[in-house]
Amino acid sequence: MKIGKLETLARQVRGKIVEMSHRSQAAHLGSALSCVDILVALYWNTLVIDPLKPYELHRDRFILSKGHAAMALFATLAFRGFFPENLLDTFGSVGSCLEEHPSPGCVPGVEAATGSLGHGIGLGIGMALAGRLQKIPYRVFITISDGECNEGSTWEAAMFASVHHIENMCVIVDFNKWQATGRSCDIMALEPLAEKWRSFGWSAYEINGHDMNKLTECLANVPDHSGKPVAIIAHTVKGKGVSIMEDDNNWHYRIPTEKEVLLAKKELGLL
Amino acid sequence: MRNTFASTLTTLALIDQRIVLLSGDIGNKLFDSFKEQCPGRFFNCGVAEANMTSMAAGMALCGLRPVTYTIASFVTVRCLEQIRIDVCYHNLPVIIVGVGAGLSYAELGATHHSCEDIAMMRVLPNMTVICPGDAIEVRLALAAAFKHGGPVYIRLGKKNEPIIHNDEPVFQIGKGILIREGGKEVCLLGTGNVMPVVLETANLLATHGIEAQVVSMHTVKPLDECLLEKVFSQFKIVATVEEHSLLGGFGSSVAEWLSGQRTRKADLLRFGAKDEFIHGAGKQKTARQSVGIEAGFISEEILRRRQGHSN
Repeated sequence: MKIGKLETLARQVRGKIVEMSHRSQAAHLGSALSCVDILVALYWNTLVIDPLKPYELHRDRFILSKGHAAMALFATLAFRGFFPENLLDTFGSVGSCLEEHPSPGCVPGVEAATGSLGHGIGLGIGMALAGRLQKIPYRVFITISDGECNEGSTWEAAMFASVHHIENMCVIVDFNKWQATGRSCDIMALEPLAEKWRSFGWSAYEINGHDMNKLTECLANVPDHSGKPVAIIAHTVKGKGVSIMEDDNNWHYRIPTEKEVLLAKKELGLL
Repeated sequence: MRNTFASTLTTLALIDQRIVLLSGDIGNKLFDSFKEQCPGRFFNCGVAEANMTSMAAGMALCGLRPVTYTIASFVTVRCLEQIRIDVCYHNLPVIIVGVGAGLSYAELGATHHSCEDIAMMRVLPNMTVICPGDAIEVRLALAAAFKHGGPVYIRLGKKNEPIIHNDEPVFQIGKGILIREGGKEVCLLGTGNVMPVVLETANLLATHGIEAQVVSMHTVKPLDECLLEKVFSQFKIVATVEEHSLLGGFGSSVAEWLSGQRTRKADLLRFGAKDEFIHGAGKQKTARQSVGIEAGFISEEILRRRQGHSN
């Protein structure tokens, strides 16, 4: 798919997320907006998937380890055709299968329930090893947050994957520079982040996580034939796409008003 | 129990190619036969129980039948959240096997005691908790756990425990096994590696003219409620024995069940570890004695209660 089309899709997904947050009064808007380009690049360009056959054995797997960005995943899956878009309107409402963090098997396309941080890479390694044992050559992509790099289990997984040369696997760090209550680099010594992954035996690439050209190019390069798992440090902006939300951590929890939804949609070119 | 676990797992894995073994840097030589006969299906996950458990869940999500294995306290409590979310929330066929139940590794100190694991595991939705009473039950429990197809915790002792069965019993998850017929006064319900103590208690009671019934309650969750209904209506005293804290374990689960019953005949006595860490060096026998998991103590307590009945 052409880059321009991917960018348009990303704007539409962002508009839907802002709507969903307003409608359901759900938090984590900033975190959802920062990873939209990553998800759009994956679902329309990288992943070998068929929305009509969501359980096909040979499909590539994707795990949103930063489960709090569920709105981004749900909107992406719906737009990609995994389930009807009108289901998104039920997000967070009583009895809906779309909870504020993805639950097991909630909708086709969700490979794993997430919400507590630091679980996705281990789950992904398990999936990748299962593929290796069963001789099914799918790939596993996992998006984690920078805050998630606080979790010890993230680094347990990192050390295991490289020793076992799990090269059909890619972790994308949505490095939006914020976690719930502050600058991620002030809370834990994250930097030099790419160097950390390299020193754990991974191939690490640093890119602008909103540059669709770079994203698609880098994601297409998995496995990168180094014999190592791949880490992509995607430099992103929390709240990306809406001027009043960009790089303002209040939007980790803030809910947009009706007026702010309109403003967002205008800025995204959807009105 | 651990040798039987390793040999049974190897036998089962030869039949079922989906079986994989994840070990937390433990079991040196124990799994040599598994490694040799099931190449590529043994993973030393290092001292990283959280990742080991998440990986097992990921494997199960893709059709494998993983077993995680290390010391009981580490394979449960250390990675409790990974078990809760990755295994139980997804309701996956992951078998979690802990070696060194209760005070099996008493000499290694309280870091290696496992007297809270039953409590932690049994509160998790979808989890089945099995504490085999001897090597025969280990073999049967493992096979049953693979057939079960959901999360199962199997709590092993150490090695060379006495065999409590004369013949191969019928093993069914959630169904206690009668080990020794008794009179109508005392029923002893034991779970797991403490079964030899339970049998010794029955022997001591016999010297006082009391023929106690003995049941191996290998499954703590789900509880054998049919059996409980029977024994609480037939006997005067029902005693639970476990090498686990009195809080939250087998005896607690029986007490919870009992609190929901309208009528009962029997008194419940619970024997297990106190709500405290055990200090001071010593092996399993000493540690058991220090907390009252000992046939002499248990039989005296039962006799005292019986005395109270006749007064």
